Amino acid sequence: MPLRRFFRALTLRHFWLVGTSHGSPLCDRGLFADLSLPLMVGLVLLGLIGLLAACGPLGPDAGSGGSAAASAIENKGSDTLVNLALAWAEAYMALHPEVRISVTGGGSGTGIAAMINGTVDVANASRAMKPEEIAAAQANGITPVKFVVARDAIAIVVHPSNPLDGLTLHQISDIYTGKIDNWSQVDGEDRPIVLLSRESNSGTYVYFLENVIRLGDKDSDLLFSPDTLLMPSSEGISAEVRQNPNAIGYDGLGYVTPDQKMLAVARGASGSYVLPSMETVNDGSYPIARPLYMYTAGEPSGQVKLYLDWILGDGQSLVPELGFVLLR
Amino acid sequence: MAETDLLRNPRPRWTDFAIEALIRVLGFSSVGLVVLIFLFLLREGLPVFFEMPPGNLLGTRWYPTFDLFGTLPLILGSVLITLVATVIALPLGVATAVFVREVSPDWARGTLKPMIEVLAGIPSVVLGFLGMTMVAPLIRRTLGAPTGLTAFTGALILAYMALPTIISMAEDALDAVPRSYRDAGLAMGATQWQTIWRVVVPAARSGMVTAVMLGMGRAIGETMAVMMVTGNAARMPVTLNSLFRPVRTMTATVAAEMGEVAQGSIHYHALFGIGIILFLLTFVINLMAALTIFRKRRQGGLR
Repeated sequence: MPLRRFFRALTLRHFWLVGTSHGSPLCDRGLFADLSLPLMVGLVLLGLIGLLAACGPLGPDAGSGGSAAASAIENKGSDTLVNLALAWAEAYMALHPEVRISVTGGGSGTGIAAMINGTVDVANASRAMKPEEIAAAQANGITPVKFVVARDAIAIVVHPSNPLDGLTLHQISDIYTGKIDNWSQVDGEDRPIVLLSRESNSGTYVYFLENVIRLGDKDSDLLFSPDTLLMPSSEGISAEVRQNPNAIGYDGLGYVTPDQKMLAVARGASGSYVLPSMETVNDGSYPIARPLYMYTAGEPSGQVKLYLDWILGDGQSLVPELGFVLLR
Repeated sequence: MAETDLLRNPRPRWTDFAIEALIRVLGFSSVGLVVLIFLFLLREGLPVFFEMPPGNLLGTRWYPTFDLFGTLPLILGSVLITLVATVIALPLGVATAVFVREVSPDWARGTLKPMIEVLAGIPSVVLGFLGMTMVAPLIRRTLGAPTGLTAFTGALILAYMALPTIISMAEDALDAVPRSYRDAGLAMGATQWQTIWRVVVPAARSGMVTAVMLGMGRAIGETMAVMMVTGNAARMPVTLNSLFRPVRTMTATVAAEMGEVAQGSIHYHALFGIGIILFLLTFVINLMAALTIFRKRRQGGLR
């Protein structure tokens, strides 16, 4: 037990040294102020033994007992958010060199699962957590806390040579369920339609299914056509859209490159066709837009809280640069 | 005194015993590890067969997000591209092996064989990337398929990946055919081609079968390249043009979805269930290979 306390003290002290002032009372009083000398020597010896054990191959637990330095933030999840999260992490680390933030993608489901399993501090998600995920988190003793960090529009993309300019939400739904399988049925060329989607662990996949294919109808049981190609990454979609004139895909606005063509989307046949952009998302005229989230395991504290506060404050200036939409 | 003791009994009994025990433990541990892996697979995968009605598991729709776990399109997808890859790789592999062992001059053989074995070392992501950026557009344009990411593209890449295994093993099998067989064939007045086709290849047949089976084993278990080039659409490959349409394999499904599932959920068990099916499938392939060899041996065939 003293060994563990020593390590906790060590990490706290380290924390305190690198200049954050919201630590525990232990830091404020000075680390060893209330320890007698013999006890301290004993602790140091124990600590050395502990360090040796930690360096040896057999003692992996001894070193990690104090929950790896609190100034490292693990951030994982949505591929939609990953570029923005990286930009935030880089900017924040430039301002606060004592904090290390590691950002990885993998999909919203991946990030949330990692948060539930306690391996990351912040999970990025392009969809809200499902009830069963929240239940799983609570079973692990974690209450997830949600932050809306930006907004995103989902663009419908086709090959640049596709003469089509716009589709209604209903047509997109029919295309993705396989009811429409040739471009000529939506006044395009006589070509088969190749459907592209992200893998089912993508938040974009779930959002698209619920809000575009099912048109927001909770009782609908429409699904992606089985012919839909599930691409493991955003890049997979854009690579196929770039080279295949038959393809249609969807992706976050921030991921659309100039060599793909975005389609304007109308809510109904009589509505106006709107291209996605900052303005059309913010005034609500572009129909396929959604909030992006960061989840923490419990109310954030320490560096994680500072980081999230910064994201919701100064960090917002990076949002438009990466093609996302500012929170109003 | 001590020296004569040593000579009479050069090593103390217990060292013998220890070394023997160590070797035995190491030998059995490989069997034990396989058993443990299989037990783990069963423990994680079996629950899905109780949690889900068989009708769902044998259904044709794989939508794990909506509790539809139809594995049929995935099984058929894997089987389809493995069979097609074998059909492509078998003649090429055997022909190359025959060329390298029987026809090419010695100096060429010395360079060809190591180079073929180097092919086996190309990482599958690299092949997948090549397939995605070069083979797929070519297939779409030349075959007129709606997209180049098809079962056929996957089969081509897999055939390429299985070739080094098949060539190398088949060549070894040919190598083991005694020289006297060839001499006898030629002495009977057979041409070189007749000797190869009627004498040497049949004599090496069981080794060839093993080579092809191992190649198939590599093909059915391959993940990364397949995930990159087959389009991963879980559709039933039952129509005639299915070969030139996207397909989703069992391995790609596990690889793409395992990262995101919550541990212990039905989806998690379902992915391990796919693992069990894959395991059984490979087991059957290996069993068939073993039976072929066994039967050949009993009939007095060579090796």
